[in-house]
Formats: sequence, C-alpha cells, structure tokens
Amino acid sequence: MNGFYTLFYKEWLRFWKVNVQTVLAPVLTALLFLMVFGHTLRNSAEPYPGVGYSAFLVPGLAMMSVLQNAFANSSSSLMQSKMTGNIVFVLLPPLSYREFFFAYLLAASARGLVCGAGVLLFTVWFVNLRFEHPWWIIVFGVLGSGIMGVLGIIAGMQSDRMDQLSAFQNFIILPLTFLSGVFYSLHSLPPLFQGLSHINPFFYIVDGFRYGFFGVGDVSPWLSASVVAVCLAALSVLTLYLIRTGYKLRH
Amino acid sequence: MVPAIQVEQVVKRYANLRALAGVDLEIAQGEFFGLLGPNGAGKTTLISVLAGLSRATSGTARIMGHDVVQQYRQARRALGVVPQELVFDPFFSVREALTIQSGYFGLRNNSAWIDEVLHNLDLTEKADTNMRRLSGGMKRRVLIGQALVHKPPVIVLDEPTAGVDVELRQTLWRFIRRLNEDGHTIVLTTHYLEEAEALCGRIAMLKKGEIVANDTTQNLLKRFSGFYVQLSLEPHVLPPTLMPLLKHETESGFQLALKDYAEVEQVMATLRVAGAKVIEMEVVQPDLEEVFVKIMNQESA
Repeated sequence: MNGFYTLFYKEWLRFWKVNVQTVLAPVLTALLFLMVFGHTLRNSAEPYPGVGYSAFLVPGLAMMSVLQNAFANSSSSLMQSKMTGNIVFVLLPPLSYREFFFAYLLAASARGLVCGAGVLLFTVWFVNLRFEHPWWIIVFGVLGSGIMGVLGIIAGMQSDRMDQLSAFQNFIILPLTFLSGVFYSLHSLPPLFQGLSHINPFFYIVDGFRYGFFGVGDVSPWLSASVVAVCLAALSVLTLYLIRTGYKLRH
Repeated sequence: MVPAIQVEQVVKRYANLRALAGVDLEIAQGEFFGLLGPNGAGKTTLISVLAGLSRATSGTARIMGHDVVQQYRQARRALGVVPQELVFDPFFSVREALTIQSGYFGLRNNSAWIDEVLHNLDLTEKADTNMRRLSGGMKRRVLIGQALVHKPPVIVLDEPTAGVDVELRQTLWRFIRRLNEDGHTIVLTTHYLEEAEALCGRIAMLKKGEIVANDTTQNLLKRFSGFYVQLSLEPHVLPPTLMPLLKHETESGFQLALKDYAEVEQVMATLRVAGAKVIEMEVVQPDLEEVFVKIMNQESA
C-alpha cells in the first residue's frame, strides 16, 4: 500500500504545486461563464419551478469543472511522463497495476473535486443555491470525477504526443460535457436532441448532481447513478486490463 | 549461491525486427560485468527485459532468482536501473525525487540513506534545488541516486558516462567501484572501451541480438589480442628464426606478436645469438578496442 500512497501523493503534489494553473484558473473560467450566461439569460424562463437560471447554472458549471479537471490531471500527467521519459520512475518500482490505476485515478478525482468545490465556494454567495440532498451531490461528484479520471488514464496511455491528447479533449470530452445539460434543461430541447442526450453518459452525471441541489431533475437520480456507475465500472475494468498488459507503457 | 542475473533463451521481436535472438547469460553475485556492443546490438533491449520495461517474446529472465514477470515485485526490488536517457521530473527537487522514488519501493523512513547517497554523489548542496535547474552531469547523478534508493543488490547502468566530463566520470567510477566492493553486482554498458577494460571483471559482447563473446576481461584480451613487442635493432635485420612472429615492419623497427612473457626471453636469446643489438624495446599491451573490433568483424557464429 505504501507504493500506492507515494504515487498518489506524487500525483497530488504535481497539480497542487501549480494550483494557480490547475485549480484557480478553472474556477475563474467557471465564474466568467456564470457572469456572462447568468446575466444574458437572467430573464429566461425558470428551468425548474422556483429555480432561477443562475442558480440552475451553478451546479452544472461546478460539475463541468470536476469533469474537465479530473480528465486533465490523469491524461496530462501520463502523457507528459511518457513524452519526457520519466514514466520509467513508476515503471521500474514494484508497483502493481492496481496500485498504478488507483493512484492516478484518486489524484485525478481529487483535483476534479477540489476544482468543483472551488467553483461552489466562489459562486454560492451570488446565487440562491439549495442543498436538498447532499449525499447525491457527493455521490455524483465522486462518480463524475472517477469516470473522467479513468478516461484520462486511457487517453494519457493512448497519446504519445500533445496534439493527440488535445484531439481527445477537443473532439470527445469538450462536446460531451457541453452537451450534457450544463447550460440548459433537457426539457427545453426538441425531442430528437432530448433523445440523443440520453445516450450521453455525462448528461446523467450533471442531472444527478443537480438533483442533489434542487431535488428536481430530468430523470431519477437512481437511474442516473446506475448508468454512471455501470460506465465507470466498465471503463475501470478496461483500463485495469490495459495497464496490466502494459499497453503503450511496457513494450 | 543464486546468480544475480540469469537470462535463458531470451528472444525479443518488434514487428519485423529481431532485437534479441535467444540470449543466454548468467552473472554471478558480486561481479563487475560489462555488456558491450555497437548501437542497435540489443544492449538496452536486454536491460529493458531485465527491468520489466519490456516483455520478452520468449525465454525467461531472473534477478536474484526471481522471475522478472512472475515475481516482478521481488525482482524489481532487487534491481536498480540507471536509464540511458537523461530523464527527470521537473516538478520536484532532488530530495523530493529521491524520497518519492524510495516511497515507490515501500520505504518510508529512508532519509538517512538518502542523505548518504546525496553525499556520495556530491549532491548535498543541491538537495533542495529543482531538477530543472541542474546541469546534465548533476541530473545524471540524481538518476544514479534514484536507482540506489532501495539499496538493490544488483545495479545496472546503461551508458552512465555518456556526455559526462572526465572529472565527474572518475568520481562516478570511484563510487560505483565502492558499491561493487560492498557486494553489489554491477552491470555496465558503455562505449568507452578503456572504461570497460579497467573496471569489468567479465565482459559479454552483443552483436545483432546475439552474444558473440562472454569471458573474463583477461581471457578476452589474451585470446584475441596477445601482445606485441616493438623492437629497434642494430643492424636493422631480423634473424630468420623470428620471421614467423613478425607482424609489422617499420623503418624504425619490427613488431612481433607474442603469446606470453616467456616468449620475450626466447626472442632476446635468439637476438643475442644472431649478434643483433637491441636499441629500443617496448611492450605493447593488449587492448580491448582491438578485441572488440575483431569480434565485431567476425562472421556470426
């Protein structure tokens, strides 16, 4: 367990040492989104009865921050280590594939959750936020950061260059998070797009997370949690297999 | 005693390249072993297989009796590898890098040994400096430190002195020699053949993924090189009975190839009988470089 703890600690230090860039910057981005969208759309219809648009937006922005930063952490750490060659420092010691997986995953989750908490901390003063079901907030925070931490490990292992990782980020992660209902309620969409949104796993993460705050959502939090948990489990099994076989890590 | 390193029939294939073609190698504990060969001969591939960075297509490798795949935990704990590339993690200081590396091996309170390693590598003053701000030679020393944090009985150094200045090279060798005297098995690859000749008790040469020579440094030098006597004679005439020994004739003298020192005496006796006067005599020692070139130019066995 000691080796695992060290790897987790190293991954934690790696982002925490540059927290202006890895935590503060994403929090600022979320605040800008809130200012711009909250202001321009302040007179639009309440997405849910009794929930104003700005309040509605905040959990979405917090979750977007969780998702993007969890992904950024594991993917960039692995890709950079591979590119610079210092990945040997973790490949030479007797770390098991499980230790490797959970250390990267946990550090990624931690960064996502720190960023998400940061967004909430700075926005809670400006909007009328409620915390109806704190447990759901925590459950979806953990599941969301976990799923992205795992995806980040896969992307980091897969990518040998910066541009490959950017492609993953710009063409998969960004569209899926932007179209997951961060900025709108699904009920405001035409039926076709409502249907399409239901096959986006990130929709369930955002919707379930928001349910934790307001006690209302587009689907049941139990359904959301199940969908997300199944995705997380499947991706984890795949990633554990990849690490065990040394995919793109050991020749 | 179980061998420090035991490699049996290791084959490594990449797509359509055979990097290792059935290598057998056994290195005893406490040896100072040299692994030589031209670029692309498979030295680094062999080290990667030992370190678990690369998986052999077939065959087995063991470190201190532990299979590098089946018992990777014990095998890796017994092995310290100094990689050829000058890699470092720019987020950390020298001490952090060593402490973290030590933690990966499950060692928690290791600061006494880390201090000693820092001291021996002359890095104490740089302990809290970020890795980015170190010179190439210092980064190389940190890499050596990182390979030693868990006190491995077997240490593999892949071209540790490439691009390192003379002074540092000597400091490094003194340190590595001491590790060897303390009982560590040392395996070394280098392009500096004088270094290998001076340090290694035994040497294996790799060529196109095969071991083409594996013997003590002494035997290799004797077997392939012999030694020479450079003679200047007055008058400049070689007695006919010595003609079979002649290897090379120059204006100033003759170079004779000899098998051992006993032959020197016979040569001197023959010259005395023939009435030739020796003006100058020089014994030319065998040279690993010559052996190396000879072996590499032979047809593959």
